[in-house]
Amino acid sequence: MSEKKTKPKSFQEWLEINIWGLLIVTALVLSVGGLVEIVPLFFMKNTMEHNQFPEIVWEKAGKEPIVAIDQAGKEQWNWKPGDGVRPYTAVELAGRDVYQREGCYLCHSQMIRPFRDEKERYGHYSLASESMFDHPFQWGSKRTGPDLARVGGKYSDEWQRQHLRAPRALVPESVMPGYPWLEESYLNGKKLSRHMKGLRVVGTPYSDADIEAAPALAEGKTEMDALVAYLQVLGTMVALDDAKAYRE
Amino acid sequence: MQTSLEQKYNLDIVRWFTIMAVVYLVVGASVGVYIASELAWPFLNFDSPYISFGRLRPLHTNAVIFAFGGCTLMATAFYTVQRTCGVRLWSDRMARFTFWGWNAVIVLAVLTLPFGLTQSKEYAELEWPIDILIAVVWLSFTINFIMTIAIRKSSHIYVSNWFFLGMMIMIVYLHVVNSLAIPVGLFKSYSIFSGVQDAMIQWWWGHNAVGFYLTAGFLGIMYYFVPKQAGRPIYSYRLSVIHFWALMFGYVWLGAHHLQYTALPDWTGSLGAAVSIAMIIPSWGGAVNGMMTLSGAWDRLRTDYVLRFLIIALAFYAMSTFEGPVMALKTVNALSHYTDWTIGHVHSGALGWVAGVSIGSIYHLMTRLYHTEMFSERLINFHFWTATIGTVIYIVAMWVSGIMQGLMWRAYDEYGTLAYTFVESVDAMHPYYAMRAIGGMIFLLGAVVMLFNVLMTVRKSVVEGSLAKARALPAVA
Repeated sequence: MSEKKTKPKSFQEWLEINIWGLLIVTALVLSVGGLVEIVPLFFMKNTMEHNQFPEIVWEKAGKEPIVAIDQAGKEQWNWKPGDGVRPYTAVELAGRDVYQREGCYLCHSQMIRPFRDEKERYGHYSLASESMFDHPFQWGSKRTGPDLARVGGKYSDEWQRQHLRAPRALVPESVMPGYPWLEESYLNGKKLSRHMKGLRVVGTPYSDADIEAAPALAEGKTEMDALVAYLQVLGTMVALDDAKAYRE
Repeated sequence: MQTSLEQKYNLDIVRWFTIMAVVYLVVGASVGVYIASELAWPFLNFDSPYISFGRLRPLHTNAVIFAFGGCTLMATAFYTVQRTCGVRLWSDRMARFTFWGWNAVIVLAVLTLPFGLTQSKEYAELEWPIDILIAVVWLSFTINFIMTIAIRKSSHIYVSNWFFLGMMIMIVYLHVVNSLAIPVGLFKSYSIFSGVQDAMIQWWWGHNAVGFYLTAGFLGIMYYFVPKQAGRPIYSYRLSVIHFWALMFGYVWLGAHHLQYTALPDWTGSLGAAVSIAMIIPSWGGAVNGMMTLSGAWDRLRTDYVLRFLIIALAFYAMSTFEGPVMALKTVNALSHYTDWTIGHVHSGALGWVAGVSIGSIYHLMTRLYHTEMFSERLINFHFWTATIGTVIYIVAMWVSGIMQGLMWRAYDEYGTLAYTFVESVDAMHPYYAMRAIGGMIFLLGAVVMLFNVLMTVRKSVVEGSLAKARALPAVA
């Protein structure tokens, strides 16, 4: 470059004639905001409420199977609602996979804000610890339909099934699509144990027994069963106390 | 002696991306109109998995952002960097790879999203094998761009290229970090992050897909094409320096404002909101810089339809960069979050600003790439009015429905109980959802007319032999 003879008058001008300088300075400037906002979330203890209130998380997660099938072919649960946040069972996880696949999160949030109307409509505000095993998170960004963070137990299994099959048969004003095809496909237990192994690699505390139980638990169940199981567990894992201030 | 740019620069790659951008505009807007109609008239889901709202919506966003937006960015970036650096692209082969690779990504999106193969992270739905392809193609685009600047003949790097460069680096950061996932099948993976951290990373990505991909990149377009079309230099160099650095530093912080009042720690949301408000200044600085470029030549707007597109785009840019910070205010966000207001805001940016500046620059490019006049000026004018009116109808519908939703959800009756059930708010949305779909249809009509006009221009160029003649001319010095 022949113009190099004149010395740049400012740092800005130096950057304007030096692509590598511009590249490096821009890359540095661009990294600041993300580093400041994201990195502390992994380290600051008060990000996750269970650091202060350990009872939020189920203490046996990863040590004992959540649910097993006994000799008689019956489900034996080691966990009951209110015992604390735990990873999803194989069937719930299958339901969650369906929830992701069908894009439910595009119209339903799973994040209750600490407002009076949201408390009355949906229940206690959501805690960060409640979604600690959600890879990825399903907080959503839009409520074309209602929030589902605590929908578990609000309606019967049969209501959920009928509603998913044909929403307007139960709620005439609804704009939700019907999902009749969920009843036509059955769960694949082997695939589910692979999914659970993957989740264990990224930190979800599944015991070997949890993963081994997947094919037996999934046996004969449809995607509809799985989605209903997932919806019915949402918000039921931990019993929150109104008297406690979980967050400032 | 007559000379031509055809031998000096690689304009083929620009032509390909330009034509594909227009095709994808029609495709993306069509899917958008369809899903908007599904919300107004839900029978349109037809109980079919492949066209149900939840699967088509990611296809719409990917088609408009990555297919239309991406092709526009690549066409304009490859054109601008060659023109402002005075050299041919560093690598023609790499540019061809970028074109075919990027289009392969788009085809794969069409082949996976309707089948429910998704990472379920908004605007980053594509599964891990496609993510890897995106990363490779994006890097080839970025490296080619940077190397072209490195071998430039001009002394200074023009402002457009700063913005393009900033966008490219940031998208590398965002795409790589947000897409980190553990594969558990060929088209199934789980994010390595969970819960609150994943939420923050997703919205750091989500807002910067808007802030860099759809803002910084298109500001790069603006800084080249507005002065070119107006035939005057940019209003203020100083303003563009401020605009650039403030945008690069500030925009990155905004993602947290998507998570106010959620389980994200309060400090993060508040920080995001505070920086969001400050961002009005550089954003308006940029909008003023673009608009004032016309200072003393405002009468051009009466006759130059392309310039109209560019200037109305800047007006929408100014409006939505004012609206955004307002929506980031905690009290406003408490009302607006989760409602259609957000959708309206996004579309005032996407249809008004991004599509506006893209369409303007594509019309500008067409005449230069095909060495002939547009097939029809009147159709450009028709497109201008359909695009503007369609956009305005769309965003007004979403303002009304969004604010109405927010107010209905929090309304109490005289006994202190909630005044409305949720489904009453859904019912109340129906007329606005229909209005939004109609606004979208009007916008789509304009896009179809544009595609027709563009294809007829190509045909005209073939008939006249104008491109062939330009190719036969000796290269400019």
